[in-house]
Parts: sequence; structure tokens; C-alpha cells
Amino acid sequence: MPVIEMRGVSVAAMRDASFTVVADVNWSVTAGEFWVVAGPELSGKSDLLMLAAGLMSPVTGSYTLFGNDTKDFGEAELAERLRVGFIFQGGQLFNQLTIAENVALPLRYQKNLTAAAAADEVSALLELMELTPLADVTPANVAANWRQRAALARALILKPELLLLDNPLAGLGARHRQWWLRFLDQISRGHALYDGKPVTLVVTADDLRPWQHERRKFALLNKKKFITLGGWNEVETASHSVVKELLAVQLETTTQ
Amino acid sequence: MPKSYTDLLGRKLFLALLTVQGLGAFALITLGVILQKNTTAKNVIRPRIRQEIARAGVALLPMFFFVALALGFLVIGQTVSTLAKVGAISYLGSTMVIVVVRELGPLLAAFLVLARVGTANVIELGTARALGEVEALEALGIDPVHYLIVPRVIGMALGIFSLTVYLILGALASGYLFAFLQDVPLTPGDYFKQIVESLGWLDFALLALKTIAFGFFIAIVTCYHGLAQPLRLEEVSRVAVRAVTQGIVVCVLIDAVFIVLYLVT
Repeated sequence: MPVIEMRGVSVAAMRDASFTVVADVNWSVTAGEFWVVAGPELSGKSDLLMLAAGLMSPVTGSYTLFGNDTKDFGEAELAERLRVGFIFQGGQLFNQLTIAENVALPLRYQKNLTAAAAADEVSALLELMELTPLADVTPANVAANWRQRAALARALILKPELLLLDNPLAGLGARHRQWWLRFLDQISRGHALYDGKPVTLVVTADDLRPWQHERRKFALLNKKKFITLGGWNEVETASHSVVKELLAVQLETTTQ
Repeated sequence: MPKSYTDLLGRKLFLALLTVQGLGAFALITLGVILQKNTTAKNVIRPRIRQEIARAGVALLPMFFFVALALGFLVIGQTVSTLAKVGAISYLGSTMVIVVVRELGPLLAAFLVLARVGTANVIELGTARALGEVEALEALGIDPVHYLIVPRVIGMALGIFSLTVYLILGALASGYLFAFLQDVPLTPGDYFKQIVESLGWLDFALLALKTIAFGFFIAIVTCYHGLAQPLRLEEVSRVAVRAVTQGIVVCVLIDAVFIVLYLVT
């Protein structure tokens, strides 16, 4: 059974539901796959990902997440929603809470735990993310590189089976980019955090180069269209000008 | 009347009706969540409720003691000379009950909490909305109304109720102090006897209901404007002003309803 199954889906903009950003998406993601959805700015990557997380309903078409139609998602389907982890571009941490409180919040809320009862699990995850020294600091006082990592920790605390990451490398320094690529590759193959079980991953990107890998699958969002590209070989041989742009291939320039 | 005026009036009326509809729906949703999720995530929500009670109650106590002192002085100062002229000084306690307990105390407490905490609510929630924190809560399977609104509503309702009680007690005590300083021939025993005789069970019941209603609706209006609609950061200050204005209107309307209740009963 596919994890994500979209048939003829049209995606509305999160900020303006009357505006369709992507139309006629046919996409299927099976368990354990690692997808990279690339596209230029304002191509609707974030909106598509929000829809994939079940946070929005499609304007047209059908979308099933773990075999459940997302149109019927309500309180009763909360357990299904918690199988999905979402990491926003920029982290979207809660500014009133410290980094440790941010990470603990979903666990405490969903399992009705006191701060003390959640502390061990939170500490272990903070340690894994190298965030322990920043545990008691509020997000406003933490560099963007670490905020993004705290957002990853917050999403992972409930151990979701599907992880959706909105442009996770945007604005990160070289060392942090390497860390992210290594970590995502590990959890895609099976990390100790998940007892070696592979996690299904979907990331959006505005630069394809860091994501080069023969195991990953690629799709392109451009001019309201969702185009499945295939593996890295297909990406490299694609003739689409936007793909070349996203690969930062030197395009021919005209001199006057 | 020129057509442009009637068009403007119609537009304003239509917008007002839409706001009332939105506020009504938001209030019902919040009530539903309070009732349905009263046992959900207790270990997260209850500390947040205590935090809100501290913010909308305990933290405002020093200001309220000052206002209580001023209120007692003002009311007694204005009434003593008038009552003395007509030989009705024995009605001092009754006057305090009518003015302070039934009207000024609750209304003043509501306005002060609206100004101090209501505005902060709109700004905090509006900023959270603009920065995408609400979407982040939804992505984590956390109901934003349960996590952000319910503690504020309960905290503000209990906060205004408690502060009104302190405000009234302070104003009654400072009222006597001022009467004493003006050489009014009234012993503390007589003064408080007049107050006790003027108070009925209905005063206590309606005072509790009124202050809780003030707290509930101030929280609803301010949270609605902060949270219910998508906001950009630059819109937050404008929305805060609108929410405070509507908060004042709502308080006056609730007060009018309770005046009618007093008159009917």
C-alpha cells in the first residue's frame, strides 16, 4: 500500500484557498522511498507538502495518506496524522518555549506527560542532534542552523513513519548541510532511533545538486505542473530548462 | 441621505454582522473544545491555565489595589457632600453597593484586564499566526484552540472574577477611610452594616456570572482577532486596536444585559 497516493490532485495556496498553485498531480510514494521534489521559488512546493501532510484538502482529485482519504481527516484520524512528521522551512519553533520545551511539546501533549516524565527522551534526542548546550535557550537566541535542527528533533520525537521536509537545506552553512544530508540518508536507510527501520522521506528543494544519490527519486514542480523525473540519471539527462537551472548548469548566454 | 452614505452604512453593518457571526462561531468552538477536551493533555494544559491566571490575575494585583483605593476615594468624595446636603448620609453604604459592587467594580476590572492582557493576547497570537506557529501546532497534531485559546479563556475568566472581588473589597475599605477623613458621622460597624443590608444573594450570583462573562468574551474577542484569520506581521497592531475597541463594546453590551436582569429581578 502506498504511503502517499495522489490522483488528479489540485493544490490550493495555503494563504489564499481560491488560488490553485499546482494542478493535476498524480504521485505515488511507497514506504521507504526518498523523494526530492524540486522547483523554483513560488512553484507551490510548501503548499504541496502541507497537503501531503494532511493539513489541507485537495481542491480536486483524491489523496490518500496511509490508505486513508484525507478529506475525512478529523479528530478521530489523529493517530494517522501523527504518522507524519513535518519540518517547516525555517523551523517554525514556538518562540515562548525553550528549545527543550519545543522538542518535548508534541510528546507531552500527545502522551499527557509531565515535563519530568518526558525529560529522558527529550535529552536523548537533543544529544543526537547536538543541541544539548542550547536546551534552555529560546529560539530567538539561537542561530538559524540550530533552529532548523531543533525543528527536526521536534518532528522526530513522536517517531513518524513519513517525514516531510520543506527545503531543509535553505540558509544552512556548509557544515550543517553535510550533517543534514548524512542524517537524512541514515534515517532513510534505517537509524538506531527507529530501531533500524527505514523512514519514508519527502524533501523539497530549490537546488538539486546536494541531493544527488542513486537511491532517491526526483520530481519537478514548475508552472503549476508536477512532473515525475525518476532517478538521478534521468535528472542529469533531462532536457527541461528548469531542471538545468536547479542543477546550476551553465546556460548559454547571449552577449550584446 | 446620499447613496454613498447609505452604501457605506450598509457595508459597515454587513461587516459588523460578519464579525458577530465569526465571534459567535469562535465562542461556540472554544466552548466545545473546553467541554470535549477537559481531560486531554492535562499535564500540558493545566500548567498553562495556571500561567494565564497568574498573568490575568495575580500579576495585576498591585495595580488593582491602587485603583481600588482611588475608586473608593472618588465615589465617596462625590457622594458624601450630596448625601449630607439632603440628610441621607445613612445611604452611604447602599450607594457604595450600587455603584461599586454592581457597576463600576466589574466594568473597571474588565477594562483594565482588557487593556493589560487582552492587547497582549492579540499581539502574541497575531505574531504566532503570522510566523506560522499555528500551522506548526496543527502539523504536530495539537489543536491550536485547545493549546492557545482554552488556557487564555479560563485564565481570563477566573482572573477578572478574582480581581473584581479584590477591587470591590479595596474600594469599600478605602471608601470608609475617605468618609472618616471627611468627618462623616458613621462608625465602621454602621457603614458595613449598611453594605451588608444592601447586598442580596442575587448580587453575589450576578457578580460572579457577570465577571466570568466579561473574562470569557474579552478572551474570545482578543483571541479571535489574533488567531482566527491569517495575518501578516504588519497587520498585528491594527488588529490589536480593533480587538480592544470590540472588547469594550462587548463589555458594555454584557453590562447592559445584566442591568436589565437586575431591573427584572
